[in-house]
Amino acid sequence: MYDFEFVKVGSLAEAVAALKAEGAQALGGGQTLIPTLKQRLAQPAKLVSLTGIAELVGVSASDGVLSVGGATTHAQVAREATAYPALAELASHIGDPAVRNRGTIGGSLANDDPAADYPAGVLGSGATVVTNAREIAADDFFRGLFETALEEGEIITAVRFPIPQKASYQRFAQPASRFALTGVFVAQYADGVRVAVTGASENGVFRWSDAEAALSSSFAPEAVDGLSVSPDGLIGDLHGTPEYRAHLVKVLTRRAVAAAG
Amino acid sequence: MAKDSGIGAASKRREDVRFLSGSGKYTDDINLAGQAYACFLRSSVAHGRINAIDTAAATAMPGVVAILTAKDFEGAGGLPCGWCVTGKDGPMKEPKHPILAEGKVRHVGDPIAMVIADTKEQAQAAADAISVDIEELPAVIDMKAAIAGGPLVHEDIGTNLCYDWNFGSDKAETDAAFETAHHVTRLELTNNRLVPNAMEPRVAIGAYDRSTGEHTLYTTSQNPHVIRLLMGAFVLQIPEHKLRVVAPDVGGGFGSKIFHYAEEAACTLAAKLVNRPVKWTAERSESFVTDAHGRDHVSTIELALDAEGHFLALRTDTLANMGAYLSTFAPSVPTYLHGTLMAGNYATPLINVNVRAVFTNTVPVDAYRGAGRPEATFQLERVIDMAAREMGIDPVEIRRRNFIKPDQFPYQTPVALAYDTGNYHATMDKLVEIADIAGFAARKAESAARGKLRGLGIACYIEACGIAPSAVAGALGARAGLYESATVRVNATGSVTVLTGSHSHGQGHETTFPQVVAEMLGIDEGQVEVVHGDTGRIPFGMGTYGSRSIAVGGAALVRATEKIINKARKIAAHLMEAAEGDVEFANGTFSVKGTDKSVGWGDVCLTAYVPHNFPHETLEPGLEETAFYDPANFTFPAGAYAAEVEVDPDTGQVTLCSFAAADDFGNIINPMIVDGQVHGGIGQGVGQALLEHAVYDANGQLLSGSYMDYAMPRADDVPFYAVDHSCQTPCTHNPLGVKGCGEAGAIGTPPTIVNAVIDALADRGVKHIDMPLTPARVWAAMQG
Ligand SMILES: Cc1cc2nc3c(=O)[nH]c(=O)nc-3n(C[C@H](O)[C@H](O)[C@H](O)COP(=O)(O)OP(=O)(O)OC[C@H]3O[C@@H](n4cnc5c(N)ncnc54)[C@H](O)[C@@H]3O)c2cc1C
Repeated sequence: MYDFEFVKVGSLAEAVAALKAEGAQALGGGQTLIPTLKQRLAQPAKLVSLTGIAELVGVSASDGVLSVGGATTHAQVAREATAYPALAELASHIGDPAVRNRGTIGGSLANDDPAADYPAGVLGSGATVVTNAREIAADDFFRGLFETALEEGEIITAVRFPIPQKASYQRFAQPASRFALTGVFVAQYADGVRVAVTGASENGVFRWSDAEAALSSSFAPEAVDGLSVSPDGLIGDLHGTPEYRAHLVKVLTRRAVAAAG
Repeated sequence: MAKDSGIGAASKRREDVRFLSGSGKYTDDINLAGQAYACFLRSSVAHGRINAIDTAAATAMPGVVAILTAKDFEGAGGLPCGWCVTGKDGPMKEPKHPILAEGKVRHVGDPIAMVIADTKEQAQAAADAISVDIEELPAVIDMKAAIAGGPLVHEDIGTNLCYDWNFGSDKAETDAAFETAHHVTRLELTNNRLVPNAMEPRVAIGAYDRSTGEHTLYTTSQNPHVIRLLMGAFVLQIPEHKLRVVAPDVGGGFGSKIFHYAEEAACTLAAKLVNRPVKWTAERSESFVTDAHGRDHVSTIELALDAEGHFLALRTDTLANMGAYLSTFAPSVPTYLHGTLMAGNYATPLINVNVRAVFTNTVPVDAYRGAGRPEATFQLERVIDMAAREMGIDPVEIRRRNFIKPDQFPYQTPVALAYDTGNYHATMDKLVEIADIAGFAARKAESAARGKLRGLGIACYIEACGIAPSAVAGALGARAGLYESATVRVNATGSVTVLTGSHSHGQGHETTFPQVVAEMLGIDEGQVEVVHGDTGRIPFGMGTYGSRSIAVGGAALVRATEKIINKARKIAAHLMEAAEGDVEFANGTFSVKGTDKSVGWGDVCLTAYVPHNFPHETLEPGLEETAFYDPANFTFPAGAYAAEVEVDPDTGQVTLCSFAAADDFGNIINPMIVDGQVHGGIGQGVGQALLEHAVYDANGQLLSGSYMDYAMPRADDVPFYAVDHSCQTPCTHNPLGVKGCGEAGAIGTPPTIVNAVIDALADRGVKHIDMPLTPARVWAAMQG
């Protein structure tokens, strides 16, 4: 690890100001950033810790929308997102207890790991990512591998999830990291069904539109039986071929529909 | 009734008090005054020529004490190989293994330069600043390509073939049996490469005392005396009396800490060059590319059977990966520890084994829990299972039909080993009972109702433990003897200090060795303390591997304790004014036959050290004895295992539902510790069968170089095990009748699980899947 300056701020305004410094970077739970520093793969001049900012932490629900503060830990979401059980369930399976007690939703979304769980929940819910500067629709937020719409120094302050009628997240764990080898989030809203897939694509989280159409007309596992996912552009690695991942997308979508409650 | 102390008691592991409370003292806990920190600059390419190394900028960086490269080690020898296999074409090819790369790098992780600085961070920063001009060469990773004219790992030996070894029955006679056999089953399989992953990474601290000229090396080793011998005599030319090697608490070895590593020699020498202690602690990612890996065999095995399923002949042809250099015992693993095991539990009359050992641009491969025996067992138990299926014979029945029968012992196999004792029918009977094999069909139907495919797998194993007979080892290429030593030091007040050449790095010797001594002397276990892991305190030792500690180290301990009793008897005779032959010893008391005269253990010990009125002409003061024990033979633990799995046909996910192990370990010193050893071994076997895989890409980059991609077994990957060791045929040639239990689980488990998965998928036409049986592989196999 290289030397860096560390500041812990108490308000969003202070964080925004601190992040203007050359080489400054936000620190959430550090569950991605600290391992990167330990391997000396990043050399920020200054880390601005967000977890002490009260206005960035918390879970609340009103008018059919669940709001999660940008620096809220996975553990808190797992415990408190009772208004949106599928999302609480998703949060409860991220990593292990240590990771869940530290890692934050803002960090996970800003990092946009192609195998991370939250991107599936956010895209599958058509959520809105709120930053210190603007509001970004989920469909515009994810831009590929480890790439998002965030500008330099922009902070995720909250994520707003419209609460669906039914939803479920089904993930199949990669045996070593236990990140999602493939994960599918299915949510049924009054105006249609959304299906978001993580872990599978070389371009990060994506919506499976054929399944959305089929499930919007019939919300039953069999509705996807006639569909298939093309392996083109899916990830092939030690843990699975593109064909295997394409197959899992379908299996997990079926299971999510069956489990949705 | 169960005993509560001594041999056979489930005494609690006394060392766990310190391990579980965080007060163990590991090598990394040692910090010496004035110590500097070392960091190694390692090759990031698998194969390359070093054109130039420029350390000028790095040397000028803050805190840097010295930067050493190969030229600083010119006076030193290469890291030696402790075993020379003689193949068809003579002795094996033995390329030099320099401490730091000389002219070429041969695997990712090969050390190029050693940076020593005041802090670890300064050393790392300076290592980053070294500029190395490496001309990358084509790498050779695949063994078949390596021996088919691939790029040479070592130009000076002119080949990538280390040796080509043929062993066992006459080849022509074996081949002839295949010609006339009723049925032949043939199987090609891979024994997956593994990273050992001891919980504690390797550490080395070198120290040098200018006033005495003495070197000390603190290191994470399973055998400090072996390191002293290899490093002192072959690498650094430091005589034994000027070199002390200390291996304190060691957090797991599994074989990977047997070997002499470059960092040990580098830190020892550097401490003298810079006149400061030098400490190196491996990072986990460094462990992945520097700890010797395990397994990595590719084999073709063929079994010839008669119409009733009796085994007529077996032949096998193996390519064994040595990696880029010969690690300390690497050549012995596919030969002495593998070829000799190919008879398994069976009376197969003809067995011919061929092994070609191959150099590739990968991390050296050496012994890993089981070492050679898992590779042999895997081949054998897989081909037997396949033959049973092809011939329509029940897998339990085909094994029973071919077992060596109890009245055939001692049994001479066609592959050098002579088994002293065993009863394979008994362990199989026990297995059938504890695994409830009769209930399998009902469980399979219940799984099917839930859409899951259930399979039952059976496998047997034989182990050759107590790695020893010096004579056998010597005949097969060992450059060392393989005995063990023990010193029993009785203190003046009757407490006992045991100095053993065995080394405990998880096995519980601090508990079990006192159980043996306390039983023999009739004293409390708490009165006996074990000292191990320090060449400065223990006379000699060969260390711990190959499940040898109790069978060889324990036997030495018995011999030394017998000497103690003999001498104590003389002292007692003197105290009671009786003839020595009339003195009996039981339960810690010496008494004169047929009288009421007796004297206690404590009085005898005190007299030994307070020898007022001692018969000095016939008796020396003191009570301390040393014994060396070189056994007559290996010991042969054996057993039968069963696993039940469920396969999810949608995803290929394998769930291990149950696992049963019926082992014959001979006599047992501590049943709780034996259970623990078996559990750990099974866990590692589950890892190999389902999860673990060291994968290189074609350029020699280790793709599974961290826990993000290298899957270790976790608690929720394994079920509760049914473990039984009530079948006991005590070893006939060691004084405790013990056989050893440390590796059994790791040996027997992989074929058991693979057989179970294949059983689950048999209806779908799947005949074999190479380990690890990951969901993706199982799913792909089901697609045909
Ligand atoms: C062992 C382990 C297992 C894991 N398993 C899983 C898993 O199964 N599934 C999964 O999804 N994830 C997993 N993770 C990742 C985990 O979820 C992390 O918490 C997450 O990726 C990053 O969140 P963080 O708060 O720790 O961010 P940090 O590591 O602190 O930061 C990550 C990045 O986000 C930026 N950042 C942080 N907060 C904000 C913010 N509010 N606004 C803008 N930018 C911000 C940082 O500058 C940095 O670039 C695992 C991690 C570990 C260590």
